[in-house]
Amino acid sequence: MNFMGYKRSDGRVGIRNHVAVLAAMDNCNSIVRNIATQVKDVLPLPIWYGRGQYGADEELTFRTLAGMGANPNIHSVLIISLEPVSAKKLAKAIKALSGKRVETVTVQECGNSISATAAGVEIAMDMVTRASEQQRELVGIDKLVMAVECGGSDTTSGIGSNPVLGKVADWVVDNGGTVVLSETSEFLGAEHILSERAVNEVVRQKILAIVNNVEEQASARGVSILGANPVPDNIAGGLTTIEEKSLGAVIKGGSRPIQGVLEYAEPPRGAGLYLMDTPAPALESMTGLAAGGVQVILFSTGKGNIVGCPICPTAKITANPVTAKRMAPNVDLDVCDVFYGNTTAEEGAGPLRDLLIRICSGRKTRAEILGTEDIALNRIQPTV
Amino acid sequence: MTVIRDIIAGEEICYEKGGAVKKVTATENIPLGHKAALAEIREGIRVIKYDAVIGCAKKDIKVGDLVHVHNLESIRGRGDLKGE
Repeated sequence: MNFMGYKRSDGRVGIRNHVAVLAAMDNCNSIVRNIATQVKDVLPLPIWYGRGQYGADEELTFRTLAGMGANPNIHSVLIISLEPVSAKKLAKAIKALSGKRVETVTVQECGNSISATAAGVEIAMDMVTRASEQQRELVGIDKLVMAVECGGSDTTSGIGSNPVLGKVADWVVDNGGTVVLSETSEFLGAEHILSERAVNEVVRQKILAIVNNVEEQASARGVSILGANPVPDNIAGGLTTIEEKSLGAVIKGGSRPIQGVLEYAEPPRGAGLYLMDTPAPALESMTGLAAGGVQVILFSTGKGNIVGCPICPTAKITANPVTAKRMAPNVDLDVCDVFYGNTTAEEGAGPLRDLLIRICSGRKTRAEILGTEDIALNRIQPTV
Repeated sequence: MTVIRDIIAGEEICYEKGGAVKKVTATENIPLGHKAALAEIREGIRVIKYDAVIGCAKKDIKVGDLVHVHNLESIRGRGDLKGE
């Protein structure tokens, strides 16, 4: 099975050909947005934070920004920064990871926001010209790095949509591709299912360790995670406990052996199924996945969650009959028949496999068309 | 068991288990996607869904009762129970 993608010099394949305008720090977001109003067809990536961070927190943000820029869905990157040191450091990292063209514009070198915007427009215009000349080529599913995500979950997720995603995840792995399952707090109560599929003892222990870390965080704060996960809409949708939510959530990763556990924003080291240690909220999780090189996200939703990742086209799949109707503009595929038991998950997976190939070959998702996309960087320590 | 449509108190709910069709009568309204108890569950006993533990009964639960946050609680991520 093949799709039409953009071949990159690092051997990876993009399913989109974005020219990204990436903020190195939040004080330059206005320039990123202004460039995107002047130059059509750029992907503006404003971020929050990026200054005054230090230690492990700074390393995490830097790794995330570098990974976002290196993502194969991005043809070339224009970095906007207040000062040149941070911009050049980030540019060097993105080039080292991907070999792609990366340019920088800084306010302090240009003198002011107007001249920085003008300089950025010139560079972005040239990047778009060059990107527009690249053609899609036929590539195999072995070049696909897909993530499975769920948000606004309810009990229809575990019974209907996630089993369909799981079948597609197995199919991608069986065809030599890579699948990433994330959102660690949604492994609580289901870690026995994941850990017994670890390829070796090291991976098994790592799975148990990241789950235990969630428990330790709750203990350190002296509170229950109830309300944070499951969130109020999960509970309104019939999900009672994190264990119940997790048991339904991990189904979307399919049934294949787990090759490794990735840190937030870390790329998979080979084909097969991987776990990534991310927070459960969709934006933070998807940003980590994008930074890890994921090209496409299948996102199941129950009560309804509209959000997608601007770097990785995000397709919404629901098995909730109310959501399928009320949230129809935001839903890419309705699999309610699986929830009702009229079709099996395997039968439901056929249309989703077809949709996946079409999205990878250029079909736009509803989140892309409606612009319901955003970025959120995971933070682990306070800013100084 | 998760119901796939809104159930009114007193309605019989049919379900399949081990190839056999079984019935349970709802003791109260159970909205789409919510859970009905298939067995008596005493307070403190672990509750099973997906063949796995999804928490612990907060109070006695009768057959056909709605099972949700009022009578079922998580046993994971419970930093609030530290030291108890």
